[in-house]
Amino acid sequence: MSDIQVQSEVAAARRPGRRPWLSPINRRRWQNFCANRRGYWSLWIFLILFVLSLFAEFLANDKPILAYYKGEVLFPVLVDYPEEKFGGFLAVTDYRDPIISEEIAANGWVVWPPIRYSYRTVNNEIPEAAPAKPSWMYSKEERCGRYLHGVDDPACTPGNWNWLGTDDQARDVLSRVIYGFRISVLFGLILTGASALIGVSAGAIQGYFGGWTDLLFQRFIEIWSSIPVLYLILIIAAVLPPGFFILLGIMLLFSWVAFVGVVRAEFLRARNFEYVSAARALGVSNRTIIFRHLLPNAMVATLTFLPFILNGSITTLTSLDFLGFGLPPGSPSLGELLRQGQRNLNAPWLGIAGFLSLSIMLSLLIFIGEAVRDAFDPRKTFK
Amino acid sequence: MSDTPLLSIRDLSVSFRQGAQETLAVDRISFDIARGETVALVGESGSGKSVSALSVLRLLPYPAASHPSGEILYNGVDILAADEATQRKVRGNEISMIFQEPMTSLNPLHTIERQVGEVLKLHRGMSDKAARERTLELLEQVGIRDPEKRLDSFPHQLSGGQRQRVMIAMALANEPDLLIADEPTTALDVTVQAQILELLADLRRKKSMSMLFITHDLGIVRKVADRVCVMTDGKIVESGPTEEIFTNPQHAYTRHLIEAEPKGRPPRADANAETVMKGDEIKVWFPVKKGLLRRTVDYIKGVDGVDVTVRAGQTLGVVGESGSGKTTLGLALARMIGSEGHIHFSGNEIDHLSFRQMRPYRHDLQVVFQDPYGSLSPRMSVAEIIEEGLRIHEPGLSADERDAMVVDVLKEVDLDPDSRFRYPHEFSGGQRQRIAIARAMVLKPRFVMLDEPTSALDMSVQAQVVDLLRDLQKRHNLAYLFISHDLKVVRALANEVIVMRAGKVVEAGPAEQIFDAPQTDYTRALIAAAFNIEATPGGVVSE
Repeated sequence: MSDIQVQSEVAAARRPGRRPWLSPINRRRWQNFCANRRGYWSLWIFLILFVLSLFAEFLANDKPILAYYKGEVLFPVLVDYPEEKFGGFLAVTDYRDPIISEEIAANGWVVWPPIRYSYRTVNNEIPEAAPAKPSWMYSKEERCGRYLHGVDDPACTPGNWNWLGTDDQARDVLSRVIYGFRISVLFGLILTGASALIGVSAGAIQGYFGGWTDLLFQRFIEIWSSIPVLYLILIIAAVLPPGFFILLGIMLLFSWVAFVGVVRAEFLRARNFEYVSAARALGVSNRTIIFRHLLPNAMVATLTFLPFILNGSITTLTSLDFLGFGLPPGSPSLGELLRQGQRNLNAPWLGIAGFLSLSIMLSLLIFIGEAVRDAFDPRKTFK
Repeated sequence: MSDTPLLSIRDLSVSFRQGAQETLAVDRISFDIARGETVALVGESGSGKSVSALSVLRLLPYPAASHPSGEILYNGVDILAADEATQRKVRGNEISMIFQEPMTSLNPLHTIERQVGEVLKLHRGMSDKAARERTLELLEQVGIRDPEKRLDSFPHQLSGGQRQRVMIAMALANEPDLLIADEPTTALDVTVQAQILELLADLRRKKSMSMLFITHDLGIVRKVADRVCVMTDGKIVESGPTEEIFTNPQHAYTRHLIEAEPKGRPPRADANAETVMKGDEIKVWFPVKKGLLRRTVDYIKGVDGVDVTVRAGQTLGVVGESGSGKTTLGLALARMIGSEGHIHFSGNEIDHLSFRQMRPYRHDLQVVFQDPYGSLSPRMSVAEIIEEGLRIHEPGLSADERDAMVVDVLKEVDLDPDSRFRYPHEFSGGQRQRIAIARAMVLKPRFVMLDEPTSALDMSVQAQVVDLLRDLQKRHNLAYLFISHDLKVVRALANEVIVMRAGKVVEAGPAEQIFDAPQTDYTRALIAAAFNIEATPGGVVSE
């Protein structure tokens, strides 16, 4: 960043009468964050991947995004049309069915997503017994061998390729990776957010009020955190049907504890600061003091912690899925993909795809976390 | 050999780099220290005096700090160019340093014996036994009573003055040729300051050490230094023998520093003015609990039966050493801590009210704290800090009305109203204290408790803040409870004074009477320390 640019930024901040968008301290943090190039690029790559995966239905789906049939524009991605519309008899249209696709092609056109498989779509045209190799490893004849018209079949296009092969139930691996990435990140984000909310509030109350509140709460946390979480999840999984929100709830019961220590320490330190006394002398209520004066202090420690907790949450979900106690069968999950890789050593693309997607995701998050830590380090200087 | 100076600084510059910005903290300064000489480096905070001293020992945060030019010759050898081994030999062995803050300069987990002994073992390779004997000798030299008992004490068991004495003992352990003292008395009470300065002067005479003394207080300089260098904005603007500088200052800045003492006198006390704050028999006792059942066995009497009356438009000064219960008394009157005894504020009894019930009174009862660096939240802009009280006590105001009031009060404390969107760290100490005063004044209070509002500030800034406070008092007919250990400031502001010691009032009366005809030894000791920097022997004051 050039000197002139810095100077003009400083001048902008100094301009009287107008509040700058970012406070100077946050501006410095953002500069520190950007100075860590690895973390900065990781953030962008991660954001792009995450936003793309949020629109997974438009990237990998067994329904077309848009269809034009007999003068009518249809949105199969968003609306379930009954098959009657196209002359069939099923309640939900199977657009991959050659009869339906020929019918639509004869009376209009379709726009498919780049990958024509959803995470649970079974590919009936794989050239050999599942798990099938990635499509680009077959010759054109092999690849199109199972289609009705062989090499000339209009369905034998790159859209129907299995770029990373299929798993042992003939489902497209790439599509499962995309959906699995989304569910892992969302699970991690929700769990981290919710446990930060609970953990920060608990830590704030303990640190601010101190005394008996602190003492009793701390002992409770010691007992609570000595419960072996994994076994508890195994036991609960045997009783309750494991689903996204049940898993989230169980893990939330224990993960909030991680935040309590740092936040409590920050509050214990900061509650005797003079500006807190000054606020009390003005008659500011406890609630306002906590939110306006103390919480910002604790947020630095919390934010520094956040990416690592996020990583931990994702890893825990993956390991539960790997053991088979995680998300219900059939859900797209990276842990389940790893398990398939372990069971089908003859199909290395399963293990490799699972390993790469997990390690790339976790590494990106760790790099971002490192940059966040740098950004909040007041003593950090860059040469 | 004898005519080469012990330390010679030539064209020294120090610059700090943060991001793409580079700040020049010290700009080509030069000065010499001869053997046995004391040179004082005087200037306000931010003038670069500490940075200059730290660079002699290369204690700056390198590589963020760098020296674009200059050399530091110690006995003719350039320390800046020397290798790490040579530097380490010089550092702590031939040149040692005492820091400002005796609370944080000692490791809280080590005993006194270990702290002092470490230096001896490290540089002298002494055995445990020899180090212990030498430590005892040193502690005796720096005037610590019962040194044998103190050997096993931890820093928190010592008073501030004793801790500073231990620091000096550590600095003297290897009989250095040069002692760098970086504001060694700023954090101490005036009475203790006088004792420490006396000790340093005494040691210097006995050991013929050289000393580089850094301070913002010209009164001290006159007392200790042979020669003075006046620094501002990283440059030395004037230097010369002490007497010459004081009698015939050349540079405008030097004159400004010399004149910057809290001046003026308060108006005469008016016994008929309306009583705003009245406390009867105020007691704050902290219980000492012992045993399994935590039974109260004794009390520490923070404040023990004190009567105070503060009248509208007048100032009651509360003076005493640290630990005498001044601040505790102030906090009790402001109902920030629990206390016994009756407190009447504007005619209403407020001593039994809960925090919630107190809230309406807080509009008229404001507090300004000692440390302007600690009392402003670093994450709130100046406008947010000032209007916080308005939001609570006058919730009916619109954002524009609040903003207008903030602008008004900033003008009143002589700050640029356009600066209200900036954050506290962009302001100097004096400006911050003005912001803290503005926060109290925006509510138009009747009573303000000022807890050492000037002690964290530079001398010249202290005078300005005192003038501001007096001005505001006259304009708004404010009642002040002014707490300070520095009698110079109290004299400039207070109509009436109470002198406190160990929670009790030793002497009370109109200010002229206290200052001109003090009745007790304790008051006399406080006055001698504050006005003449003279220590009083015989245990009248604490050490």
